[in-house]
Formats: sequence, structure tokens, C-alpha cells
Amino acid sequence: MSVLVFLEHHGDELQKGSLGVLAKAASLGQGDVSAVLAGGGVTALAAEAGSYGAATVYVADDASFEPPLPQPRVDVLAKVIRDGGFDTVLFANSVLAADIASGLAARLDAGLNWDLADIAVESDALVGKRPALQDTVFVDVGWRSTPRLAIFRAGSFDATPTGGGAPKVETVTVDLEPYSAAAKVVGQEHEEASGPSVEDADIVVAGGRGLGAPESFALAENLARALGGAVGATRAVVDAGWYPYSAQIGQTGKMVSPKLYVALGISGAIQHKVGMQNSSVIVAINKDANAPIFEFSDLGVVGDVHEIVPKLTELVNQRKGA
Amino acid sequence: MKIAVCVKHVPEGSARMDPGSLRLDRSGEGALNRFDANAVEEALRIKGDGDAEVVVVSMGPERAADSLRKALAMGADRAVLVCDAAVAGSDLVATSRVLAKALEREGADLVLFGQQAGDSDGAMLWSAVAERLRLPVISQAAELTVESAALRVKRQTEFGYDLVEAPLPAVVAVSDAINEPRYPSLKGIMGAKKKPQEVLSLADLGVAADEAGDAGSRTEVLALAAPPARGGSQKIEGDGNAAQAIVDFLAEKRLI
Repeated sequence: MSVLVFLEHHGDELQKGSLGVLAKAASLGQGDVSAVLAGGGVTALAAEAGSYGAATVYVADDASFEPPLPQPRVDVLAKVIRDGGFDTVLFANSVLAADIASGLAARLDAGLNWDLADIAVESDALVGKRPALQDTVFVDVGWRSTPRLAIFRAGSFDATPTGGGAPKVETVTVDLEPYSAAAKVVGQEHEEASGPSVEDADIVVAGGRGLGAPESFALAENLARALGGAVGATRAVVDAGWYPYSAQIGQTGKMVSPKLYVALGISGAIQHKVGMQNSSVIVAINKDANAPIFEFSDLGVVGDVHEIVPKLTELVNQRKGA
Repeated sequence: MKIAVCVKHVPEGSARMDPGSLRLDRSGEGALNRFDANAVEEALRIKGDGDAEVVVVSMGPERAADSLRKALAMGADRAVLVCDAAVAGSDLVATSRVLAKALEREGADLVLFGQQAGDSDGAMLWSAVAERLRLPVISQAAELTVESAALRVKRQTEFGYDLVEAPLPAVVAVSDAINEPRYPSLKGIMGAKKKPQEVLSLADLGVAADEAGDAGSRTEVLALAAPPARGGSQKIEGDGNAAQAIVDFLAEKRLI
């Protein structure tokens, strides 16, 4: 098996999700794993991929790859896959990665299994594990031809360094298809994140309508700061304009799987549950004892967030200060 | 100007897998995928009072005609349904091949998709279709502006918004935050029946039966299993000691 992993970067950081997929690919023990990276001025980022298991990193470093658009990257990956004869290509899910993988599937007539939570080699065949239909059923999926393409849901694998050395760096140059180069980014409105992004954070403190008012998000922010985590939000409060979409967790927002998820005033509607139920430990505070969130919480507290959370924040700060 | 909107007929209520065929059970009632209603609405908004033609395109069973009629009732002008026993079980590669053929036939200036399929949760078909049509694609559109020969999209990503421009023809997938889909009026519902509704087979599109459906797919479902149950959970009353109880719990789990 010859595995290629797409490395996504933002600014000058490789995304933890794609490093997690890389580490997983290396752990399959199916020979050397390669990675591919496309952007402007990204060659220096390749070195880091070595410590997550990449033996070779293919780098397309050119200003034309600077905008975060999928189609130029389809051209890069198609060339690397064909030239390198890769039979398996793995992605960590993101807005960008999903569009790349889908375009690549059509370009190469290659099978694409998405929303996988895990992958395994069973009887010499690669099998994808996919929780489907709001995670009511677990599906084993396979591929009938090569290359096999797969996208993993956010946070499926920990980005644990494997201890590999410096990777070999191969420069890739590619002529873009005319339609791949047709879309242009003419402006960006990026919020400056304060603290870790919600998808990369080990701890997420999320707020829902039960916070009562937009100002009450300070409760979530203060607790997140004390715990060293990021703030998330439900769709209801994002739609209501209480909190930015970039923090939205759920079916139409981010999928997260932190080590700790603290849900404040969140009922646990399916739309939200889908985005956070893979969290290792879930703590929920809600004054409605019948809220569905309690059915999948490790610790459920029936009570008022306005009373409990300030005290909890203070206790956590005290503990950390001690 | 011609706008094509790709729509899907999805099972109503909670979707389930059929353990026999290992496919989604489509035997029950279905409805227009609610995310696709945003794409239909956006096409109608772009059309406004102008003379653009809005064509809704779907691939699915005969019953998918109901969803197309709903789109016609909202105000779309014409419907095309690719309906053929040989398309059942199509994966992304096969579905994009068939849809692209149907869209090629239309030669639309703008092809719109909704944000995701409400049944399979798939959210990427547009990109495969755009690749087959060799057109630029922009997804996650929170705002869409169409000028004479170009479009501008405010694209929502994990990091904020990117403003993206592309020449027409192009493929755009809109987010469900882009608009509030209208409800069909009674007049719209009555009028929908008289609008052109075409049903096409794979042969009509020049697609061989083994290029679609299960035979044309590159992925397969191997097995189904019940999800693992979540381990023991505890529930406590939020009295004066709740904050301390949470801290103790987090400390025990080594989370603080």
C-alpha cells in the first residue's frame, strides 16, 4: 500500500487534523507514508510532517496556491498521485479538503468514502469505519478500485508525533487546468481567534440558548480561559446572533472531539449532538432535568449555569494557581 | 441566463439503512431535501423579475417528481428527473457522472447546489460535478451576487469569510444561512402541474448502465453494526456543591 496524506495549513501552521491522519496512516504499518502540501511559501512547513510519520513530503510552493481554493489543489494531487503511483489518499475533513477530495474523485474516477471515524487493514483490505445517519449505525465501507480516497471526520485521530526524522522534500510543479485557476479570492474577513480554534482545542466550553442572553457568553469564555480551552456555540445562538458562526458546533458547523466538552445551557438537539458526541468526556449543566444532553453526558448537572459556572471558574483558577 | 438547481428527494423523518441491500431505505415518504430549498430560493432570488430560466434537476426514483414539483411550486420554471432503475446505489463517482451528463445537456450559466443531503449527510457532490463539467466551483456560499458574466461569493470557512469571484458558467453550493426559502403559494402549487417536467433515462443521457448505480460505483458498503453504547454516566442536582463536584470529577479524569 502506498499512502498519501493531504496536509492542510492555515497561515504558517499545519492543521492538527491532517497531522492526526498522517500519524494514523503511519501507524497502519503499510510501508512509507507520504504527504502533500500546497500553498505560498510553505516549503518550511514540510519538515514538521516528518515527526508525524511522513517519509516524503511533496510540496507545491507557489503564489498561485496561496488562496485557500480547492481546484488548484486537485491539479497538484492528481499529478502527485499519478506520478507517484499512490493507491490510497487520505484527508482530514475541512471545508477545503472536502472540495478537493470530491473533485479528485471525479478527476480520477476514484472511490471516495467520507465522514470516516477510523480505518483499518482487515484481511489485507483497507476498511473504513463510518458512523452514519446521525451515528445511529456504524458502517464498514470499502473501495473497489485504486486510488482509494478517504476523508476523516474532525478529531478522529490524535496528532501524536511518531518520532520520525526529517522527511525528503520533493518539489512539485504543475500546469493548472484553465477552470481550476478561474476562481480568485479577492478579499478575506478572518476573525482573529483568541485562544485555540474550536476544532483543535483539547477542551471546549460551549454555550446554548440556556445561557439566556448574549452577554452570558462571558460565562463560557471565562470558564474556557480557566480550563485552557476554546469556546463553542450551538446553531440556535449563532442564528440569533449571540456568537459568531466560526464557533458553531454541530451538523452544519464544526465537528469536534475534544478530551473534555462542557455544555452550558445546551439541550442536546441532534443537530448539535452530531458535532460533539465523540468528545472523550462530556459535562453538561442545564436546568431542564429532561434535556436530551443528559442522555449522552458523562456528568450531568441539573442546575442554573449562572450560579454554577462562575463558582466553577473560580475553583478551576484557584486550582491552577495553586 | 439559465440557472440549474440540483435537488435531492430524501426520506422523511429518521433515515435508516436497509440491512438487506445495505442501502438507504427509500421505501417511505420523501420530501425535497431542506438544504436544497435554499438553492432553489437563491435561484429564484437571482432571477427576480428578470427573464432567467430556473431548471431543477434531480436523479432519483419516480417519487422524486414530488420534490421537483415542490421546487416548481416555489417558482422554478422546468424540471428534469433522471429516473432509471440502473442508477440505484450510485456513489459519488457514479452520481456525479450522471448528473453532469444531465447538466451538460442544459448548458446552464450557473449550477446551484444546497449545502448537504439531509439523508446521507453528503456535502461535496458539487465539487465532483464541477470537475466533470470542467467549471469553477465555489462552496459554502453565505452570499451570492451575479453580475453579467461573473459571480461573487462570500464563502464561509473555518477561519471566517473569503470573498471569491469566478467567471460564468460556474458551480456554486449555497449554505443554509444564505436565505429563508419561501413557502409555495396555492397559486404556485396549482401552476406547478402545468410546468414542463421531463423524465430521462440513462440511455437518453448516453450513459451506459454499467457507468451508473452500483456497477458504476467505486465504493461499497461492507457491513452494518450498532454503534457502541456510551459508558456509565452520572447525574447530580445543582445544589451549592455542584461546582466542587464538577472540579472533583475533572480532577479524577485528570482533565485539570
